[in-house]
Parts: sequence; C-alpha cells; structure tokens
Amino acid sequence: MKVLVAVKRVVDYNVKVRPKSDGTDVDLANVKMSINPFCEIAVEEAVRLAEKGIATEVVAVSVGAQQSQEQLRTALALGADRAILVETDQPLEPLAIAKCLKAVCDSESPDLILMGKQAIDGDNNQTGQMLAALLGCAQATFASEITVEDGKASVIREVDGGLQTVALTLPAIVTSDLRLNEPRYASLPNIMKAKRKPLDVTNPADLGVDIASRVTLLGVELPAERQAGIKVDDVAMLVDKLKNEAKVI
Amino acid sequence: MSILVIAEHDNGSLKPATLNSVTAAQAIGGEIDILVVGSDCQSAAEQAAQVAGIAKVLVADNAVYANSLAENVAPLIAEVGASYSHILGTATTTIKNILPRAAALMDVQAISEISAVISADTFKRPIYAGNVIATVQSSDAIKVLTVRGTAFDAAVAEGGSATIEAVASAHDAGQSEFKGEEVAKSDRPELTAAKIVVSGGRGMGNGDNFSMLYSIADKLGAAVGASRAAVDAGFVPNDMQVGQTGKIVAPDLYVAVGISGAIQHLAGMKDSKVIVAINKDEEAPIFSVADYGLVADLFTAVPEFDAAL
Repeated sequence: MKVLVAVKRVVDYNVKVRPKSDGTDVDLANVKMSINPFCEIAVEEAVRLAEKGIATEVVAVSVGAQQSQEQLRTALALGADRAILVETDQPLEPLAIAKCLKAVCDSESPDLILMGKQAIDGDNNQTGQMLAALLGCAQATFASEITVEDGKASVIREVDGGLQTVALTLPAIVTSDLRLNEPRYASLPNIMKAKRKPLDVTNPADLGVDIASRVTLLGVELPAERQAGIKVDDVAMLVDKLKNEAKVI
Repeated sequence: MSILVIAEHDNGSLKPATLNSVTAAQAIGGEIDILVVGSDCQSAAEQAAQVAGIAKVLVADNAVYANSLAENVAPLIAEVGASYSHILGTATTTIKNILPRAAALMDVQAISEISAVISADTFKRPIYAGNVIATVQSSDAIKVLTVRGTAFDAAVAEGGSATIEAVASAHDAGQSEFKGEEVAKSDRPELTAAKIVVSGGRGMGNGDNFSMLYSIADKLGAAVGASRAAVDAGFVPNDMQVGQTGKIVAPDLYVAVGISGAIQHLAGMKDSKVIVAINKDEEAPIFSVADYGLVADLFTAVPEFDAAL
C-alpha cells in the first residue's frame, strides 16, 4: 500500500507572531520555520504503517517555496522514502494546495493520504477535506487512531463530546489530531541518510493547476488586549469577589 | 443577499451552536434560511423554524444523512447552497468536517472561523493561534464561512414562524460507514455551552487530581476543561481541551487552575467574561489576562475553594 503524506512549512510553534508595523501582514522576517506539528504527526503515522509492513512506500509531499525542501528532508529523516515539492513563491490558500495535491495524487495513486488537521499559521482546517472532495474519496478528519485492514481504514475521530469510529473505503484521506501519536526525533544517521533520498521538484504550472488567490488579506492587527485584574490574598477574598463584585457564583 | 445556515443538531433537537451562525448571518444581512440535514430530524427542523427571523427551513431527511458523513452531506450542501450568496455554519467538529468539502465541490475558497463581519465579503478571523487577527476579503461568488461561536451571541430561539420545505435529494457516496460513537457521559454541561468552566493544566500533576475540579464543577454547575499541556500529558481526554486547536469557550466565569497560560490556551478562553487564575508561579502569563489572580499552591487553594462554595 502506498501512503502519501503532506507536510507544510510553517512558523515554529514557539514563535509569537506579530503584525508588521504597517499592518499589511504578519512579520515573518528571520523567524524560525518548522514542519507543521500536525503534519509531523501524520508523517509519524505513515512511518509506523511502514514499520508494521502495511505501507510499502511513504511519499512526502509539500506545496510551497523552495525552502520547503527542509521540511521534506525532515520527513525523509523521520522515515519517508521519497519526497515531492510542488514549488511556488505565491501565497497559497487551502483550495490551491488541495488542487496541487490532487494533481500529485493523480500521478502517484496513493491508497492512503495522511495530513495534519490544520496548519498552525492560517489555522484553516480545510485542505484535507478539500482534497477529499477533489479526489471524490472518503475522509476522516481529527483522527486519534488509524487501523488499516482488508482495503479499509478504520479511524477513530475526535469529535465534540467524544469519539466517533468510521470505516473508510480506500483510497481515503485521514487528517491527524493531537493524540494520534507522539512523533519520534530523527536520529543523526537518519538525517544524514535523508540527504540522499530522492526529492523531486515540480510546480503548479507544470501540474496544470491555477493557484490564483480567491481571498485578499486586507490587513492584520493584534487582538484586543485584555487588562490584567487584581491579585487576591487568599481563597476567602477570591470567593467574596466572585460573589459580591463579579456576581458570577 | 440570501444566506443559508447549516444547522447543528442531533436529529431530535437543534443545537444552540446554530444560533451563533444565525447572528453572524444577520450581521451580513439578507434573507436567512436554515438547512437541516439528518435522519428523522423533523423535530430539529421544527425548532429551527421557531428561530426568530428565519424565512425558510429546508429539511433533507434521509437515512443516508443519519450520521452527518461528509461524503454524503457535502454534495447536498453544494447543491442546495448553489442558489445562495452565503453559506454559514458554526465551527463545530461536524461543520468543520463538512463545509470545506462542500466549498471545494463548489470551487470556493472557504473562510474559517470568522470572528467579525465587516461587510458582505469582508470578515475578521484569528490566525497564528489567535496571536493575530486578519481581515480578509473573498472574491468568490458564493461565500462559504465557518463561524467562531463565541464571537457571536446566540440568536433568539423562539418567536419565528419559518415555513418548512423538504429537500428530496439524497447523496450516498458509499465510501464511508459510521461504526459507532463513544460520547462522554456526563451530567455536567457541554464545554462550549457552559456558563462556568473550570480548567486544569499541567500543574494538576495527574488525571486523578482532576477530581478536585470535578467536585467544584458539580457545585457550580460548571463544565471541566483542560489545557493542551494536560491533554498532552495524558491527564484527560482531548475533548476537554480548551485552546486554539481544541474548543473555544467564552463562559461568564473561567477558572484556570495550574495553567500557565500559553498563547494557544489563551486563544481558547480569553473572551470569557470573568477569568480566575490559581497558580503558584506569580510570573505565569495567565495572570496577565485574569481578573482575579490567586498566587497559591493549587493543592491547598482548590480544596479551600471547594469548601468555601
């Protein structure tokens, strides 16, 4: 079974992003970039499927700037077999990314596509669902457990209020939630080995995909600051304030 | 402008989350219809018809829609939604699963979790874990939007008299199958609907210690939440997670216990009316958003708080 796993290069989750001084966009100059944490979980899951002998090949794919090769090398170091970069410097929206991934899927014909549930930059939570629509295949978002058997994927999903289990006919798309697994650290020998694994580069034009933006970013701002209140001396004072001042209990 | 709101419901009743999208729709302005997709969902449809200011309730009542499988529901939304200018749904896990799929079928770039309506095509939404608010303008002919529930008040659930119309169309992709559900059984209110939320973080030390919070919650009629750190540490299940990647809450009172206040947690609760923080580290960022901060060891303060209630 061939598994395709999509990864996105995003601002590292430890970076506190701020608007540029002119408020046109966020300031990403000289900030640390990493693989999106949810994508990393998806890569780990793909590698575990390979280690169990279920996946025979794991292909990592990214859509983005040339530097996204770094994140693909990370995926290769974690255990992916080869990588494909759909290279573009254009700003990308989920639908455009899904269209690029669709084109890659058309030539790669994966049985299972693993992705993160959302990227921590745009926080859209759309690309997996959109790719499933474009491919016309089954989807399971917010996965916390994946079992593949007899041409089907059984997936436990994290839904409001609990867990839901669905069975998907392959090919299918599964997007990872936080608890799907805990990604490993790449070992130094694997990082070195990853440098020699194949990484093919293509671009949206060659794939025949229109990636023109549909949504214009008019500006960014800091959220309204909440003012810090007071420190209370003890529990009695806290209860008194809540009862008599805030009147919430 | 004609707006289609996708109902969140459990077939038997309309979920209050739907009402937040109705308010967002009112902010856009125009005629508002509600689409109820389900199986044996007539009573949910009847409740939707009661919502003030709704013109029409469309009901697709068919066994294929019983479990809101995205593969079946998305094509229906794309079909019914084609004659509207806007399609909205509150960002629950059900709607987040379905609406982007419907948008892609319509070749529309959806806009996720809007927190404000500026005009019919321009919206605000939080990005980068809520560190930044973006203002975005859509050029698509049909706007597909998910709505951040806490950013819009609930519309009035009664007083309306919308007509109810059946939608016959049934889509069965046959690609996915609902196998079961494990819904956490609790007498406590749902996190996103609770008036009071008591949350624990890594400082709780382990899952057993959350019993201290359950005790307080039961006295206050509160829901219990957790920070991502507490979920990551395996103390409690993920459906309790409050934060940018978990649930977004805005109760009247939010009590944060042993939570440092990482930005991704703050993004999920900082619209609460009153915030209380109990933490032994007085430098913890949570105090910068707390109305009442108590610098204390939670293992002494929480039982005291419990006893005082």
